[in-house]
Amino acid sequence: MVITVGGNKKEVEDGLTVAKLIELENVETPEYVTVSVNEEFIDQEDFEIHALKEGDEIEFLYFMGGGA
Amino acid sequence: MKITIGRNDYDRIVEYALKERPNEACGLIAGTDRDDGIREIKKVYLLTNIDHTNEHFSIDPREQLKSIKDMRANGLTPLGNWHSHPESPSRPSEEDKRLANDSSASYLILSLENEDEPVLNAFHVEGEQGQRSVRKEELIIKEDEDV
Repeated sequence: MVITVGGNKKEVEDGLTVAKLIELENVETPEYVTVSVNEEFIDQEDFEIHALKEGDEIEFLYFMGGGA
Repeated sequence: MKITIGRNDYDRIVEYALKERPNEACGLIAGTDRDDGIREIKKVYLLTNIDHTNEHFSIDPREQLKSIKDMRANGLTPLGNWHSHPESPSRPSEEDKRLANDSSASYLILSLENEDEPVLNAFHVEGEQGQRSVRKEELIIKEDEDV
């Protein structure tokens, strides 16, 4: 199936989970990453079970924060 | 590294950060990495600090997503982020360093310690957790006619 990751189309295996996609994309420091699928944010606890579908648009957003 | 920001964008950051006091203000920067090695900020995003405190900031992920899409639509590269220190100097705190997970990013910090003389500096942070090194970047505020 074809999905879009960070604006780029990619061919991946059917039923790929968000967790597997994170591995596939070599996402650094995944504990600081928020994932959106079709502009809906996915809970980290659901990464292992959320199966992606044909045409999904995925964004990896790095947590941005700090102190004073 | 040299990094440039237009006077108008600089003024927008200062104005927004003053308005958000006593809380920290934050946002994103986007632009281009030029062939001559100069990083040019072409657009600043003024976003919501969902922590709403004077000691921390977290950028609203929904606004972050919207900004990233806007950058892509306008052919801009994400260059990093900015935030204000309402009561402390313009330098990365320990928490800033701990959460600076992108070694390719520029981190801009605006100090409002002296309200009449805001200080904006840019920093590069790299290295593993606990061993982060910080390098100050040369930030140039370009007058509008130069931009």
